[in-house]
Amino acid sequence: MEFFERFAIPHPSFAIYASMVAAGLTLIAIIAGLTYFKKWGYLWREWLTTVDHKRIGIMYLISALLMLFRGGVDAIMMRAQLAVPDNTLLDSQHYNEIFTTHGVVMILFMAMPFIIFFMNFVVPLQIGARDVAFPRLNALSFWLFFMGAMLFNISFMVGGSPDAGWTSYFPLADGESVGSHYYMIAIQIAGIGTLLTGINFLTTILKMRAPGMTLMKMPMFTWSILITSVIIIFAFPVLTVALAFGTMDLLFGTQFFTLDNGGMAMLWANLFWVWGHPEVYILILPAFGLYSEIISTFARRNLYGYKSMVGSMVLISLLSFVVWAHHFFTMGQGAFANSIFSITTMAIAVPTGVKIFNWLLTLWKGKIEFTTPMLYSILFIPLFTLGGVTGVMLAMSAADYQYHNTMFLVAHFHNVIIPGVVFAMLAGLTYYWPKMFGFMLNERIGKWTAWLLSIGFVLAFIPMYITGLDGQARRMYTYSESTGFGPMNMVSFIGAAIMAVGFVLIVYNIYYSVRYASRDIGADPWDARTLEWATHTPVPHYNFAVTPEVASSEALWDAKKNGHQLFKGEYKKIHMPNNSGVPFIMSCVFFVWGFALIFSLWIPAIITTIAIFVFMTLRSFEIDHGHYISVEEIEDTESEMRGA
Amino acid sequence: MKIDHSLPLEYSTEENRLKIFGFWMFLGAEIMLFATLFATYFTLENRTGNGPTGAEIFVITPVLLETFLLLTSSFTIGLGIHAMRLGRQKAMLWFFGITLALGLGFLGVEIFEFFTYAHEGAGIQTSAFTSILLTTLGTHGAHVTVGLFWGLYIMIQVKKRGLTPETGNKSFIFSLYWHFLDVVWIFIFSFIYLKGML
Ligand code: HEM
Ligand SMILES: [Cu+2]
Repeated sequence: MEFFERFAIPHPSFAIYASMVAAGLTLIAIIAGLTYFKKWGYLWREWLTTVDHKRIGIMYLISALLMLFRGGVDAIMMRAQLAVPDNTLLDSQHYNEIFTTHGVVMILFMAMPFIIFFMNFVVPLQIGARDVAFPRLNALSFWLFFMGAMLFNISFMVGGSPDAGWTSYFPLADGESVGSHYYMIAIQIAGIGTLLTGINFLTTILKMRAPGMTLMKMPMFTWSILITSVIIIFAFPVLTVALAFGTMDLLFGTQFFTLDNGGMAMLWANLFWVWGHPEVYILILPAFGLYSEIISTFARRNLYGYKSMVGSMVLISLLSFVVWAHHFFTMGQGAFANSIFSITTMAIAVPTGVKIFNWLLTLWKGKIEFTTPMLYSILFIPLFTLGGVTGVMLAMSAADYQYHNTMFLVAHFHNVIIPGVVFAMLAGLTYYWPKMFGFMLNERIGKWTAWLLSIGFVLAFIPMYITGLDGQARRMYTYSESTGFGPMNMVSFIGAAIMAVGFVLIVYNIYYSVRYASRDIGADPWDARTLEWATHTPVPHYNFAVTPEVASSEALWDAKKNGHQLFKGEYKKIHMPNNSGVPFIMSCVFFVWGFALIFSLWIPAIITTIAIFVFMTLRSFEIDHGHYISVEEIEDTESEMRGA
Repeated sequence: MKIDHSLPLEYSTEENRLKIFGFWMFLGAEIMLFATLFATYFTLENRTGNGPTGAEIFVITPVLLETFLLLTSSFTIGLGIHAMRLGRQKAMLWFFGITLALGLGFLGVEIFEFFTYAHEGAGIQTSAFTSILLTTLGTHGAHVTVGLFWGLYIMIQVKKRGLTPETGNKSFIFSLYWHFLDVVWIFIFSFIYLKGML
C-alpha cells in the first residue's frame, strides 16, 4: 500500500474530485473522438510530427489558451474565497495551493507560450524566411514545454500541488509533499524548451533575414523578439541551475538552501529573481513589439521614433538584470544595497516612458482606425501607465516596508501584466487571426470583450491598491469582519467575474466567427505594413514562393505606396525540412522521467535517462537532408492560392 | 545543398554556417550556466557547517594531473581540426582518438578524486560547501562524459562516411565544445582549487 499512498492527494476536496472526473471524461472524449473520426493518423502526420513553425506556433497558442482558463479558474476561486470576510469556501492549504498554481500557470504556462506562439508564427514571416534556423529543435522546444506544463498540471490529481507560492521560497518549499518536486522538475523541463527557443530565434533573426533587411530595417516586433531571445539566453540558465539545486535539496539531501550545515535560503531568492525579473521583460518586450506593430498599422502611419524604440528596448534589457533585489528589500540586505537596487529599478521607468511617448506621438499624428486590436492598444496606454507609476512607488525601498507583501503589490503586478501582456496577446491574437485561419474574428464581439476586460480589470484590481495600503496581506486566505476589507474585496470579486465573462466571450467569438465570418478576405485584410501580410492566406508551408527583397522596415507598405518590388525573379526549388516523430516521443520520455523523479521512482528514472541518451545517439547518427519542393509544385500551389 | 568550396569544410554550406552560429549561442547559455555555478560557489565556499573546508580536502597532485590531461586534449583536438581541414582523415581520427583518451584519463582521475572526498567525509550532503563543490565539478565532469560519447560517435561517422561537409561540421562543433570545457576547467582550477588551497 505504501507505494500507492505516495500518489494520493494529501488534501482532497470535492472540487478536486470533481475536476478529476472532468479531466478523465475529457480525456476519454478526446480519445473516443479521434478514434471515431479516424483522426489519429492526421494528428500524427500533420501536428505531432510537424516541424513547420506556423503549426508549432498554433500548438503554442492552443496550450496558452487552455492554460489561461486553468489559471483563470484558480483566480476566480481565490477572489470568491476573499469576497466576504471569514469565508470557508477554501481552507488555508487549498488557498496556498491555488495561488501557487495560479502564479506558475499564468506566468510560465500561459504568458510564455503565448509569446512563443507569436515568435513562431510571426517572426519567420516578418523577416521573409522559410522557417526558423533549426526546425527540428523548434519542435523539441514545443514538446518539452508542453510536457513540462502537463506534468505541472496533473499535480493536483496525483500527489498534491506545490503550495509555497510561485516564487517557491525555501524553507517554505520543503519536501513534505511532492508539490515542490513538481515545481522544480516540471518547470525545469519546460524551461529547457524555452532556452532552446531563445537560441533558435536569435540565430534565425540574425542569420535568416531577407536580402535588404538590415538590423535597423527590421520591424519592431522582430526587434523585440531579438532582444527577448538574448534575455532568454542569459536568464534561463540561471533558472536551470537554481531548479537543479532545489531538486537536489529535495531529492538527494544536498544543503544548498537548508537552514543548517551552511545552507542559505536567501540564495534561492537571489537566483530565482536573477531569472525572475528578466523574465518579466521576456513577457513585456514582445508585448511592446506587438503594440508597436498594431499602433502603426491602425494609426496609418510609421512608428514615431524607431531608433529610440530600439534603444530603449536595449536599455531595458540591460537594466532588467540589475534590479532583482527589489523583490526582497525587507529581507535584511542593508540600506546600501537597497538604495542601489532602488535606483536601478526606477531607472527602468525612463526607457519605458520613452516608448509610451513614442506610441502617443504615433497616435497623435495618425489617422486612427478603431479596430479591436487598436482598442486594446489604446486601453493599454493609461492602464499600463498606472501600473508603472505604482511600480515606481514600490521601488522606493524605504516605503516598501509599508506595502511589502500586501495586496498593493498584487494590484501592481497585475496592473502591468494584464494591460501590458494579456491585452497585447489578445490584440495580437485578433490581429494575426486572419493570417492563421483565413477569416477575421468578429469585431463587435471583440470590442465588447476589450471593454469588459478593461472594466473588469479596473474593478478587480484598483480596490486591491486601497486594501493593500490598509494592510491586507498578500496570500492570506481570509480576514475578519473587523478589518473592514469586506466591501472592497466584494467589488474585486465582481470585477474578476466580469473579466471571466470577457474571457468566455473570446471563446464565443471564435465559435461565432468560425461559423459566420467571411472567408473572402485576401492576404492583407488590415491594410498592414510588414512582410507577413505579403504572402498568401493561409500561408503556404514554404511561406514565400520567392524570397522577398526589402528596402525599409515597412516593406509591404513600401510595395503598396512607393511601388517597391518585393518579389523579383523566378521560382526556384525550395529546400524544406522533413517531419519527425522524435521530438514528440523524446518529450514523452521526458514526461515519464520527470514523473519518476518527482516520486523518487529510481528504476524508471534510470531507464528513462538512458532512453533520452539513446535518442540523442540515434539523432547523432541520423542522416536527414530534408526534401525539395519542385518548381512545378510551387507553380501549382501558387496559382491555386491566387485563384482561391 | 549548395557547397561553397572557397570556405573551410565546416563552413561550406548554409546549414553548416547556421549550425556553427547556433552552437556559439548555445555556448553563451553554457557560460551563463557555469557562471551561476561559480557565483554560487563563491557565495557558499566558506559555509562549511560541520564539514571540512576546501583547504582540508584539496590535494594538488591529482588536480595537476587533471589539468595536464585536459589542456593537452584541447591541443590535440585543435590538431585534429587542422588535419580535417587539410583533408587528412586518418590523422584527424588519430588526434580525435588521442583527445578522447586524454578525456577518459581526466574523468578517471576525477572519479578517483570524488571517492577520496567521500572517504574523507566530504559527500554531497555534508555541507553547503561540499554540495556546491561537487555539483560544480560534477556538472563539468558530466559534460566531459557526454563529450566522450559524442566524440566517439563523430569518429565512427567520419570513418564510415568520410570527410563530408556534414561530418566536418559536426567535428568542428565538437571541437568548440571541447575547448569550452577546457576553459571552464581553467576557471575551476584557478578559482576553486588554487584559491582554496592558498
Ligand atoms: C485575469 C484575472 C486575474 C485575477 C482575478 C487574478 C487574481 C489573483 C489573486 C487573487 C492572487 C493572489 C493574491 C494572494 O492572495 O496572494 C493572484 C496572484 C498572482 N497572480 Fe493573478 N490574477 C489574474 C490574472 C493573472 C495573470 C494574467 C497573471 C500573469 C501572467 C497573474 C499572475 C499572478 C502571480 C504571479 C501571482 C502571485 C502568486 C503567488 O503569490 O505566488 N495573474 N492573482
Ligand atoms: Cu523585479
